[in-house]
Amino acid sequence: MRRPVAPWGLLATVTLVALALTACASGSGSGAPSGTADVTVAPPASFAPTTVRLLTHDSFAVSDDVLADLAARTGVTVQVVTAGDAGELVNRAVLTAGNPEGDVLFGLDTTLLSRAVDAEVFAPYRPAALAEVSPKLREIDTDDAVVPVDYGDVCVNRDDRWFADRGLVPPATLEQLADPRYRDLLVVENPATSSPGLAFLLATVARYGEEGWTGYWERLRANGVRVVNGWTEAYTGEFSGGGGRGTRPLVVSYASSPPAEIVFAADPKPSAPSTSVLTDGCYRQVEFAGVLRGTDRPEAARAVVDWLLSEPFQADVALSMFVFPARDGTALPEVFTRFAAVPPEPLALAPEVVAENRDRWVEAWTEVVLR
Amino acid sequence: MGAAPLRAWVLAIVPVGVLLAFLAWPVAVLLAHSLSGRSVEVLQQPSVWRVVGFTLGQALLSTLLTLAVALPGTFVLHRYAFPGRRALLAVATVPFVLPTVVVGLAFRALLPPSWVGTLGVILLAHVFFNYAVVVRVVGGLWAHLDPRYEQVARALGATPWRAFRTVTWPLLRPAVAAAAALVLLFTFTSFGVVLVLGGPTTVTLEVEIYRRTAQLLDLSGAAGLALLQLGALGVVLLVSARLQARVAVAQRLRTDPAETTVRPRRPGQLVLLGGVLASIGVLLVAPMVALVYRSVRVGDGFGLAWWRALADVDAGTTGFSAPLAALRVSLGYAAVATVVAVVVGGLAACAVAYARHGASLLDAGLTLPLGTSAVTVGFGLLLAYGRPPLDLRGSWGMVPLAHALVAVPLVLRTVLPVARSVDPRLRQVAATLGAAPLRTWATVDLPQLARALGVGAGFAFAVSLGEFGATAFLARADSPTLPVQVVRLLGRPGEQSLGTAMALATVLMVVTALAVLVTERLRAGRPGQL
Repeated sequence: MRRPVAPWGLLATVTLVALALTACASGSGSGAPSGTADVTVAPPASFAPTTVRLLTHDSFAVSDDVLADLAARTGVTVQVVTAGDAGELVNRAVLTAGNPEGDVLFGLDTTLLSRAVDAEVFAPYRPAALAEVSPKLREIDTDDAVVPVDYGDVCVNRDDRWFADRGLVPPATLEQLADPRYRDLLVVENPATSSPGLAFLLATVARYGEEGWTGYWERLRANGVRVVNGWTEAYTGEFSGGGGRGTRPLVVSYASSPPAEIVFAADPKPSAPSTSVLTDGCYRQVEFAGVLRGTDRPEAARAVVDWLLSEPFQADVALSMFVFPARDGTALPEVFTRFAAVPPEPLALAPEVVAENRDRWVEAWTEVVLR
Repeated sequence: MGAAPLRAWVLAIVPVGVLLAFLAWPVAVLLAHSLSGRSVEVLQQPSVWRVVGFTLGQALLSTLLTLAVALPGTFVLHRYAFPGRRALLAVATVPFVLPTVVVGLAFRALLPPSWVGTLGVILLAHVFFNYAVVVRVVGGLWAHLDPRYEQVARALGATPWRAFRTVTWPLLRPAVAAAAALVLLFTFTSFGVVLVLGGPTTVTLEVEIYRRTAQLLDLSGAAGLALLQLGALGVVLLVSARLQARVAVAQRLRTDPAETTVRPRRPGQLVLLGGVLASIGVLLVAPMVALVYRSVRVGDGFGLAWWRALADVDAGTTGFSAPLAALRVSLGYAAVATVVAVVVGGLAACAVAYARHGASLLDAGLTLPLGTSAVTVGFGLLLAYGRPPLDLRGSWGMVPLAHALVAVPLVLRTVLPVARSVDPRLRQVAATLGAAPLRTWATVDLPQLARALGVGAGFAFAVSLGEFGATAFLARADSPTLPVQVVRLLGRPGEQSLGTAMALATVLMVVTALAVLVTERLRAGRPGQL
């Protein structure tokens, strides 16, 4: 049913060739580095008006014009298919490895990377645009199965107004969160049920090591840390800053939460957010994308991976998903450059280390913090 | 002959087929794929049995509490005539369909922070959600019990309480047993409420199955737990189905509200009415008002900015659709799901009522979808229907079908007590007068079932509007549904995100209430007066 019948096929081919020619012409004509990179990947034959199913998580968003740009340049239409949260997305991809529900998957993060790569979910592809990606992100070993598309940091957020009202200096380090001065002020997410919760647990493992991290959590527990199951309950329910009306001025959230507070504030927009980021002890999460093994349209799928690394898409991620673009030199919107925190030394663990120890750590955490 | 107008097995073909194809088969495929030694190992862990204990304990407590609060409400809402009764009935249905994340925030806004995470809050939230189940399921029968039975008892000198206990209660018992079984099922498998309002230590079996399946990909462990849950609930359902069948009494049902309702005048009646209104106000309406309040709270004042944002693409979460686009998507799914659920559930109710053998089994089997975790069915569907020629993954119909699967047991529960109560002598008369089986069914049974079917349709529509678990899981390429959109908005910082989510939740509440009101008025003509 997917293939058009004869006359339509002919018409489509003609249109496509025309489209392909236009694409080539504009690519070589403009001299923009992104244009040339995109055009060289896929031979004209693959420019059939193909629909590529982009399997992704609930938090995926992209501007209309960026989608339209891909269709105009390559003839590939992206159908965004959402399939649960990041964990569900990856696990169903593992379960259907080789017989995928879509053609490209976006939204695999560092904590789930090994599981998907080991299950051979992806068909290896190394796009030319990978050279433009920040070297630090390229260091992560992915066997060329997937490419880094964006990153974000999970950090403790502070309600500055709360601290100012009480004349209390807000905490500046992970260590200070266990200081009795900040007793009963912190709310975190349960790492068993929440992705930022897991990232924060991993940050403490990365900081204090296999021997020391449970001791740190014992001190946090003695200092009155509150645990809830999800980000929404923590940030909107318990956190005193932002749009929430809770009672605790410290919450585990993202380094990009303060700019989001401005973008989604009531008019007139405040000139600065009332929350800030504790840049010590942040955990870096990287999101990856790849071509799903078993797709019946690999060429077009690769074109979509190229598009995810293209300048228009990369420039769009900041305001659509509140993450940072992986591509070096991508211009950030002003609200990001002014208010998003960039932690000087974000913590991270190798994906295979996380894969190997994650369940054990979560169980040990549950034992120390909840029992 | 003549007891059943149509052969039960003919009626059962469609419901059983749907059940086998979309529940039993996918779950079997998933279990076959994942069962291993580890599935048994999991059941030997003491922590798992702590979870089982908590799950069962809170479910029993929730069920008792819900019945205690909702049965007086059911009586008042169905037997007293007072202004605004229908509207209140619709309002009482709304909590059932609200996304748990939204309700969690409403409860958090109203309750002292130290309550959150306790068993008490979970019980309260379960009453909030399941009030409608009792009101609808028991109300479906109570609304047209013939008042003359009780009048006779009273005339013979019985006190109102004695008349209720000896006359009304025995007639009502099947419906109460049905409602209790449903509430037990819902609270045993409670997922969202426990995650959002419970603490990290209040874990139900359903949460553990989800965590192992969707987050840890420990399918073997999850399979062990899923089997345990299915087994436990299967036993509960079989017992309850047998109980219902045993206590069912054939009776003449009255379908004219003028005959069955009274205007409360005596002091006792007024106190009861006042008590029910107060409990509805505090338990059901207050959390909903909290949502509306948050939707018009802008900065330090009030305004409609978040309501305007509903039509703004930039306020949405997809980048290409405004939050309100979810309304159209939800209505489309709900319409299809309702038709499927009413047909399948109605046929099932008649099949169970007319069956001479295996009725309990059919009844329990058709209710089991409620006891199967969405994620088990979801992963099962991926495996069972993931290869050509039958690759159903990502097809549009999967979402309304999933909604219908959840709604069928509710339609069945609503219609079954009425179907059982149809006096077989009426059918015998029709048959004696020469009516063919189909005609007997259409002229004797259907008119009496019409009202219950209408109630069931409203219920199914509401369930579809509010369904979150399966909808979020099934891969979809269109805009999100209302609850999914609300939850996604809540997953983002900023006052606009919260305010718009609350405005959209209010839209969901209003649409639900309207849908319930409308479907209940759409009763197929005037029920037959024999």
